[in-house]
Amino acid sequence: MAEVLVVVEASQGVAKKVTLEMLTLARTLGDVSAVVLGGSAAALADKLGEFGASKIYAAEGEDLDGYLVAGKATVLAALIQRVSPAAVLLASSQEGKEIAGRVAVKLDNGLLTDVVALDADGVGTQVVFAGSTIVKSKVSKGLPIVTVRPNSLTPTPAPATPSVEQVEVALTDKDKLAKVVERKVEAKGARPELAEASIVVSGGRGVGSADNFKLVEELADLLGGAVGASRAAVDSGFYPHQFQVGQTGKTVSPQLYVALGISGAIQHRAGMQTSKTIIAVNKDAEAPIFELADFGVVGDLFKVVPQAAEEIRKRK
Amino acid sequence: MKIVVLVKQVPDSGADRNLRSDDNTVDRASASNVINEMDEYAIEEALRLQEAHGGEVVILTVGPDRATESIRKALSMGPDSAVHVVDDALHGSCAVATSKVLAAAIAQQGADLVICGAESTDGRVQVLPHMIAERLGIAALTGARKLTVDGTSLTIERQTDEGYEVVTASTPALVSVWDTINDPRYPSFKGIMAAKKKPLQTLSLGDLGIAAGEVGFDGATSTVVEHSKRPPRQAGNKIDAGDDGGSKLVEYLASEKFV
Ligand SMILES: Cc1cc2nc3c(=O)[nH]c(=O)nc-3n(C[C@H](O)[C@H](O)[C@H](O)COP(=O)(O)OP(=O)(O)OC[C@H]3O[C@@H](n4cnc5c(N)ncnc54)[C@H](O)[C@@H]3O)c2cc1C
Ligand SMILES: Nc1ncnc2c1ncn2[C@@H]1O[C@H](COP(=O)(O)O)[C@@H](O)[C@H]1O
Repeated sequence: MAEVLVVVEASQGVAKKVTLEMLTLARTLGDVSAVVLGGSAAALADKLGEFGASKIYAAEGEDLDGYLVAGKATVLAALIQRVSPAAVLLASSQEGKEIAGRVAVKLDNGLLTDVVALDADGVGTQVVFAGSTIVKSKVSKGLPIVTVRPNSLTPTPAPATPSVEQVEVALTDKDKLAKVVERKVEAKGARPELAEASIVVSGGRGVGSADNFKLVEELADLLGGAVGASRAAVDSGFYPHQFQVGQTGKTVSPQLYVALGISGAIQHRAGMQTSKTIIAVNKDAEAPIFELADFGVVGDLFKVVPQAAEEIRKRK
Repeated sequence: MKIVVLVKQVPDSGADRNLRSDDNTVDRASASNVINEMDEYAIEEALRLQEAHGGEVVILTVGPDRATESIRKALSMGPDSAVHVVDDALHGSCAVATSKVLAAAIAQQGADLVICGAESTDGRVQVLPHMIAERLGIAALTGARKLTVDGTSLTIERQTDEGYEVVTASTPALVSVWDTINDPRYPSFKGIMAAKKKPLQTLSLGDLGIAAGEVGFDGATSTVVEHSKRPPRQAGNKIDAGDDGGSKLVEYLASEKFV
């Protein structure tokens, strides 16, 4: 069977959920090989095997970790040329897209970004224009190089025992132009990562202040979800930018999205339209968020949310 | 220092956007077109650098005739001049081909620094900055929320999922920016008047040494097979909170097995 490469995305030595989703998707396309660029492959091997990787290509070393993506793209392009895979999957994250873009240029090959599904003929499905349009497209030059949007499918295990092959990292000076001089990990707490969470509770301008965001956090924690924010909330300094959902923030596609004090502007919808179930709390009955909410509560979030939190605690 | 700022004209993300039914490209004719929002932050950053260090700021756009409006608007913020690559053969270009055109134009300009938006709101591809840097063999510092320039050395801070990173490079280089980097200025009346007289050079593919077959539909590395409107979500149950809105919300959560 044809070989399919999955470029592993990990955070602090742990494979991200999107990696497991890509492995699951790749199994429908061929024989799955995971590619670890930087970091340590050994720590990831068990998990990659559990989700069906029969082979792991490990490219390690300081040269890959100490610079932005150029070197990773060089290694991946060389690997693609050597093994001629049937397809290459990367995560639709900043890094995944950047590696994919560089590889596409190096190999003069097409690419598809933000794909939510990919069939055996290499036709990818994308949801564009704030979730209003579905596009099916295909790489017409070269092999399918595809970035996959997190939460597009449910990862399922299919245990395999992967063999590990070390890949040579031969970089040029051009791969070492953007040097990472500091990496700061900010306290993240126990909440799931926004793009991967299956429940997201977001607050908007209606939350009113940074202090009041504790209400949003409390509900998120009771539901085991991540916290998100509208741009108005971020711009007002209520919550940090990395939690912004929408056009210029993260795209999320959780099982449940709860919008608190968010009007539902088209740019906000762009980032949450494809959520499975949407709940909104807003005191304005005409707020556009209600047009897409499966369940809407017209009322003051400062009354509704504490009462809901209390009720969930009672049921626990 | 010569700074080239990449500016793309895109359909307004606040309005209805469509793909054309005849050739599957973005419908730009019936859309209200604006400067890609992130690019306004790129222009602002370039102008601030110019104010601090001197030099020249040039706007570069690849796009159809009507993109001229956005170029004039960009110039009204303060840049010195603009270059517009416009050619009928560009219609239908993929990102790989567009990066070839932008890279050729940047090389012709002899830019020390290229500043662009982190992503465009129509494609949301976020790939062009690295594609361009790859072609030019220059550093790409992408997703900056802060940029410091000291002579030929550049330092950016960029957000990551875990926290942030500090990355350095030397010019020539490309920097892409997020909307957290600054607050773009509004054009002044004087700026708007001045923009009408600023130099705007129009280039064809031939001027850049690129053959028509390398771009457009002929040179495309990917194709749209089909597209359709996603059925709009249906509004579900909407209740008045009354005194027990919170409890009803939890009842709904429970019925959907979230609690
Ligand atoms: C190019 C571009 C990109 C953008 N990108 C994004 C993006 O990525 N993400 C994003 O979110 N926005 C984005 N926006 C901005 C977007 O257009 C809206 O301005 C923004 O989403 C509004 O945020 P909001 O709903 O929190 O605020 P508002 O629109 O001000 O809505 C606040 C809501 O809270 C309700 N409310 C107030 N008090 C209470 C209360 N006590 N109880 C209950 N409800 C209450 C009000 O009725 C109102 O509906 C973008 C805009 C542009 C032009
Ligand atoms: N046709 C274009 N003309 C000029 N700049 C562009 C063009 N396309 C993309 N860019 C620049 O590249 C950035 C990223 O675009 P994208 O990769 O399409 O998300 C944009 O914010 C622009 O600054």
